[in-house]
Amino acid sequence: MIDVPLPSLGADMDEGTLLEWRVGVGDTVRRGQVVAVVDTTKSALDVESWQEGTVVALLAKPGETLPVGQPLLRLAIAGDSVDAPRAPAPAPASAAGAAGTNGAEAEGGPIRARVAPGARRRATELGIDTAGVAGTGPGGAVTLDDVERAAAAASPPRAGAPELRATPPVTAEARGAALRRTIAAAMSRAKREIPHYYLGELVAVGPALDWLAERNAARPVAARLLLAAVYLKAVALAARDHEGFNGAFVEGEFRRAPAVNVGVAVTLRGGGLLAPAVLEADTKPVDQLMAELKDLVARARGGTLSRRELAEATITVTNLGEASVAQVYGIVYAPQVALVGIGGVARRPWVVGDRVQPEPTAWLTLSADHRVTDGHAGARFLAAIAARLSDPARL
Amino acid sequence: MSASSQPLDERALQDGLVELLRRIAPELEALDPGAPLREAVDLDSMDFLNFLAAIAQRYGVEIPDADAGSLLTLRDVVAYVAPRTAG
Repeated sequence: MIDVPLPSLGADMDEGTLLEWRVGVGDTVRRGQVVAVVDTTKSALDVESWQEGTVVALLAKPGETLPVGQPLLRLAIAGDSVDAPRAPAPAPASAAGAAGTNGAEAEGGPIRARVAPGARRRATELGIDTAGVAGTGPGGAVTLDDVERAAAAASPPRAGAPELRATPPVTAEARGAALRRTIAAAMSRAKREIPHYYLGELVAVGPALDWLAERNAARPVAARLLLAAVYLKAVALAARDHEGFNGAFVEGEFRRAPAVNVGVAVTLRGGGLLAPAVLEADTKPVDQLMAELKDLVARARGGTLSRRELAEATITVTNLGEASVAQVYGIVYAPQVALVGIGGVARRPWVVGDRVQPEPTAWLTLSADHRVTDGHAGARFLAAIAARLSDPARL
Repeated sequence: MSASSQPLDERALQDGLVELLRRIAPELEALDPGAPLREAVDLDSMDFLNFLAAIAQRYGVEIPDADAGSLLTLRDVVAYVAPRTAG
């Protein structure tokens, strides 16, 4: 038997509220399978199991708030006998007893509950293990009604079923206030611990805009690209090629990340900010990055990001150009070591040869961790992003 | 939904467009049809693209990228979309 604890789904998470189970007692769990949905101050997040096994007990109830590390569910792993005496579950998942043990088993004996034939058939159809269902029939037998109730209570949405999300047990205001506190704590820590240095470079974005206009001209709205996707790819490629900007500073040293997961600062309506990651952004074509970005922004605002998206960014991009601001020098999101800021596009005087001409330009900025890199490396990194932007066809 | 035989009544179209905007910006209350949309509704490029996609879906009017940039106010959008909903 092994207990799966509530994992930390982000550097600043210390507790979570169980929203719903995605598995029930008796289900086989694969490694990486989503077993529960947990609400944090940032989002409803999927909790994945890192173990393979069969669920023998659910140790929390939806609506319950647990500290990180507290056991969430118990698995029988290879070598265990699922029918072996099992530890009583401290908290049955529901009144219907989907996660509880019936009387006979609680005594410790490997006695299977009696199950009415109709109930057994229905249980098989619904994928319910009758061993985990409390029987209300004669002699504690499991009836058809018991099975239906257990299925309704446990109902892990099966593949293809419409996604059900429990209403988060907090109001929008409370969530907003909690998110503000989370941001305050994360930013205070980052400012305290990371010795930032800041660089800025004005770059011509005419080539990128022309390339976009050319591609978008023939496209329906749904397939159009935004400059944000172009920036994303340019930053991802430069981060891949330049040591010291893609990774994390942990336990006194920089650890380069093998993948380039670009966090994208997403402003939430009603206040606050999240920076979920577009995973492996350096390997994906711009069209795909655009589609993923659209989806990511919608889910950040809808509160349905995955654990990886919130926890595995290796560098962050913040684009404040929309607010028509010229420059943004952000705070690096610890334990990351670099943040690229992008300002608004404006036509500014630009010197070409001996002439000054109006050109669409934007400020690229870099905030970076001086423990890991110096201004010279930062300047080269920024120049690499600018070079990528000047040749968008090769992105 | 897309093409009717008559151009849509502009008033109804305007109300419909405000409803589409509310899906993007639920906090939106009254909207001055002459106000710059992006500032008044706090739309970023992604929001605006989603607004165009919603228009295409509901009214069957695909607004080309080259024209989208000149649609600055709700009034501009109404004036652009209304005649194109005629079948």
